[in-house]
Amino acid sequence: MAKIKPRVKVPKKAAAGDIVEIKALISHPMHTGRAKNKKTGKKIPRKIINKFTASFNGQEVFVANFEPAVSANPYIAFPFKASESGNFTFTWVEDGGAEFKASKKMSVS
Amino acid sequence: MKQTTNLVSISRRKALSMLAAAGAIGFAGVPAYAGGAEVAAKIKTLAGGKSVGEGSIILDLPEIAENGNAVKVAFSVESPMTANNYVKAVHVMADGNPTPDVASFNFTPAMGACSASTRMRLAKTQNIVVLAEMNDGSFKKAQQTVKVTIGGCGG
Repeated sequence: MAKIKPRVKVPKKAAAGDIVEIKALISHPMHTGRAKNKKTGKKIPRKIINKFTASFNGQEVFVANFEPAVSANPYIAFPFKASESGNFTFTWVEDGGAEFKASKKMSVS
Repeated sequence: MKQTTNLVSISRRKALSMLAAAGAIGFAGVPAYAGGAEVAAKIKTLAGGKSVGEGSIILDLPEIAENGNAVKVAFSVESPMTANNYVKAVHVMADGNPTPDVASFNFTPAMGACSASTRMRLAKTQNIVVLAEMNDGSFKKAQQTVKVTIGGCGG
């Protein structure tokens, strides 16, 4: 399986009160459990990223729950209101409980 | 003589209709689609039987999606996003996919605005329904049809 790699785009600097956009992407096949392996004819078991969480300075700010209808390499963009400098932590949870993490700093002036 | 030809034509018609029926079963048997009723039932469960209002949701969906494997879905809900008045959750559903759920999002006042964007799979031309849950327990929904040229559910 290809390596699962998260990528996040967070503005490095922001002015207090600004609403910034956070973009997050993870490379993942998002097997729906419906497709078949063309060579063997067997069904590929379901394996998707079912949850994405964004936290800022330890506090959860945004959660996305994904179903198999979300495309491969799930992409998510969401707004965030800058008020203080801090650290973002992003967590992706795969079926079966495996977690992938990324973090980014944002300084607010 | 006339009767025999009639008989022959009927049996041929029958044979054709049987073939058509078999074809229809073949198509329907593979993926069972969710359908509008299932989405309506889902909304009812989520909203707990409360009435669901329209408006204040802006959808950004393509009218025609060439590739059903990755269709952009973006929405924004008008809300001040303060601690007393914010959008708690947004559910995205599709009535023509094998299962109606696409994704759901939980929002917090710290975000300052309520919008999100992602990409979804669509099996065929269908309606996308977005249901927003406010912190006061009220619900809003919006709906749009997306035409799909090539479905994206694997085979």
